[in-house]
Amino acid sequence: MAIYDARMFELRAVRKSWGTQLAVEVDLALPRGRTTVLLGPSGCGKSTLLRLCMGLVAPDAGEIRFDGGPLDRAARRRIGYVIQEGGLFPHLTARQNVALPARGRPHAELDARIGELAELVRLPAELLQRYPVELSGGQRQRVSLMRALMLDPEALLLDEPFGALDPIIRAELQQDLRRIAQRLGKTMVMVTHDLGDAATLGDEIILLRAGRVVQRGPLGELVRAPADPFVTQFIEAQRAPLEKIGA
Amino acid sequence: MKRAGTIVLPLAVVLTVGACHAEREIAVGSKKFTESVLLGELATQLLADGGVRARHEAQLGGTRVLWDALLAGRIDIYPEYTGTLCQEILRSACDRASLERALAQKGIVMSPSLGFSDGYALAANREVAARLGLGKISDLIAHPELRLGFSEEFVARGDGWPALRARYRLPQKDVRGLDHDLAWRGLAAGTLDVIDAYGTDAEIDYYKPALLDDDLHYFTEYEAVLLYRDTLPPAARAALARLQGAVSATEMIAMNARAKRDKTPDARIAADFARAHFGTSGVVTNDGVARRIGARTVEHLILVGISLAGAILLGVPLGIVAARRRRLRRLILGTTGLMQTIPSLALLVFMIPLFGIGTGPALVALVVYSLLPIVRNTVAGIDGIAAPLRESAAALGLGGWERLRLVELPLAMPSIVAGVQTAAVIAVGTATLGALIGAGGYGQPILTGIRLDDTALILEGAVPAALLALAVQGLFDLVELAVVSRGLRLRPAVDDD
Repeated sequence: MAIYDARMFELRAVRKSWGTQLAVEVDLALPRGRTTVLLGPSGCGKSTLLRLCMGLVAPDAGEIRFDGGPLDRAARRRIGYVIQEGGLFPHLTARQNVALPARGRPHAELDARIGELAELVRLPAELLQRYPVELSGGQRQRVSLMRALMLDPEALLLDEPFGALDPIIRAELQQDLRRIAQRLGKTMVMVTHDLGDAATLGDEIILLRAGRVVQRGPLGELVRAPADPFVTQFIEAQRAPLEKIGA
Repeated sequence: MKRAGTIVLPLAVVLTVGACHAEREIAVGSKKFTESVLLGELATQLLADGGVRARHEAQLGGTRVLWDALLAGRIDIYPEYTGTLCQEILRSACDRASLERALAQKGIVMSPSLGFSDGYALAANREVAARLGLGKISDLIAHPELRLGFSEEFVARGDGWPALRARYRLPQKDVRGLDHDLAWRGLAAGTLDVIDAYGTDAEIDYYKPALLDDDLHYFTEYEAVLLYRDTLPPAARAALARLQGAVSATEMIAMNARAKRDKTPDARIAADFARAHFGTSGVVTNDGVARRIGARTVEHLILVGISLAGAILLGVPLGIVAARRRRLRRLILGTTGLMQTIPSLALLVFMIPLFGIGTGPALVALVVYSLLPIVRNTVAGIDGIAAPLRESAAALGLGGWERLRLVELPLAMPSIVAGVQTAAVIAVGTATLGALIGAGGYGQPILTGIRLDDTALILEGAVPAALLALAVQGLFDLVELAVVSRGLRLRPAVDDD
């Protein structure tokens, strides 16, 4: 039973195809309070897998459960979601974007929560009055993170959150996100093709190819004991960032 | 009871007197050619002279428009011709008794002849007629060498040249079909000897041909008459009775010529005629240009404003439905697109049996024409929302209505405003056609200007219409500032992270 309780997301014999092209075929459980990184090359199905977890895509077969219950609209409000480039609404200011999930709450409560989150993601408060086009890529990603955390969700799903950032800002945000993850102790699932992201943030890594899991475990294990030549091939291709972090 | 009576009786008197004073205005209509407008104007002035409140709805359109408007009670009176009545409208026998009987069934009364007839006639070159002694059509039989030129329609029609030739046994071989204006010039230049003419063509006054008498009564009589509803008050009937037999063909031709060649205003010509024949004051209230344009502007703005509001209220929801429901999209875009292809003139005429004449049907037609750009731009605006933004909205758990209100409409707003702007500019232009069915606006002076070949009058409508289109364009640039989020109008900032 203890093992069952540790499961935040459960994907039971889930299959999803786009037309005749198989996108995802997995049987997975993702652990509570930990950061899981979905890693793999473009087109391996990692983004589809994340969107299945968010309920944005319905599986062709199988079942997805969240925290022991069905993945319905109520469950979705307990999950935060951050996509590449932030997915901020351009017609709303940063503050309006952040407040959107909690619309209708009293002003004072919103202000307090937004102040708290701005501090957490290290975003200068005066930037909140700006529109997304007036922010840099890194700032947008911080605002997006605030929006995802607004309702204090139990899980946070991130789809290539650093995809469009230059290396220095990327490293900075990696560290900030790591700190936030440790501080909040939330369940995080992150999609990336970058080994650096995986090394910095992932408690556990799931390497995917053509919609199926190739290997699952901590990064060290993937390096030391690859389950398939593809694992080594994928890691070798990104040797440079590995060296930078001293692996 | 007695006390109640003392109160009620004066009250009844006051109400009755009040009702008399509030007597409804009589509407006189006219077709969109000079002679009809002049007769309509004359009738209106005589009504006014007889103490009847009357207005002239000038150049409403063709026969069908006027006839339908009369039946619907939208107008009370209009000038018509007996030949048109029996051949086009009633398709009945052409004698007066049959016409009166058929009209009575529809609640319409036909006045006695106004004094002239406007049917087909044959006109001969003056010198030729004098030399050969041509006075009537039968005289042509003796001169087979004469050169005849007829309008294409007259040559082709069954009741035109072929039947005329058979009736009179005309021997001429040199017969050609040509444009009516060219026929007049040919007659004047002596290259043609005889042509067809309308009884009161202004050219008759100008070229002074010899009109040949239809001695075998072949041509249908086109007696000018007034048609009016049998509900017309006695005072109005009495005023109109003065027109009985009052206008001779020569006088009508002279009036047509004054309007066409001298560009004298219709009201002036009618007033001069009325003063000469009936001793009326002959005073014409002539609004200044500024006042005229002001009144037209108000009419035009009402047409454009109301129709645009209607098109927005209808078009934006239709666009939303089309953007969301794949199956309905084709139907909605197809239907609005199809309506756009109906020629505006045809659409306006279709509206008449449904909505009468005047502002109402013009508004409906304008709404129909404004729909396509609004619907299409609404669909394009919603379709154009980037996939990541749709996904974000879904991930935030926004319901259908919230997604529309908070995300989709604000993001589609630049496109929607652009669509409304296009629709508004088009509506300013299309609304000028409203004048064809009596909706007023800038089309009124344009229509009159075309009829009288008066460029100044055309410009009096066309220039303000063009300026209004520019103003509307500018107005919507301001509207965009007001309704489109600043976040969608800003240029991306330099990355300064």
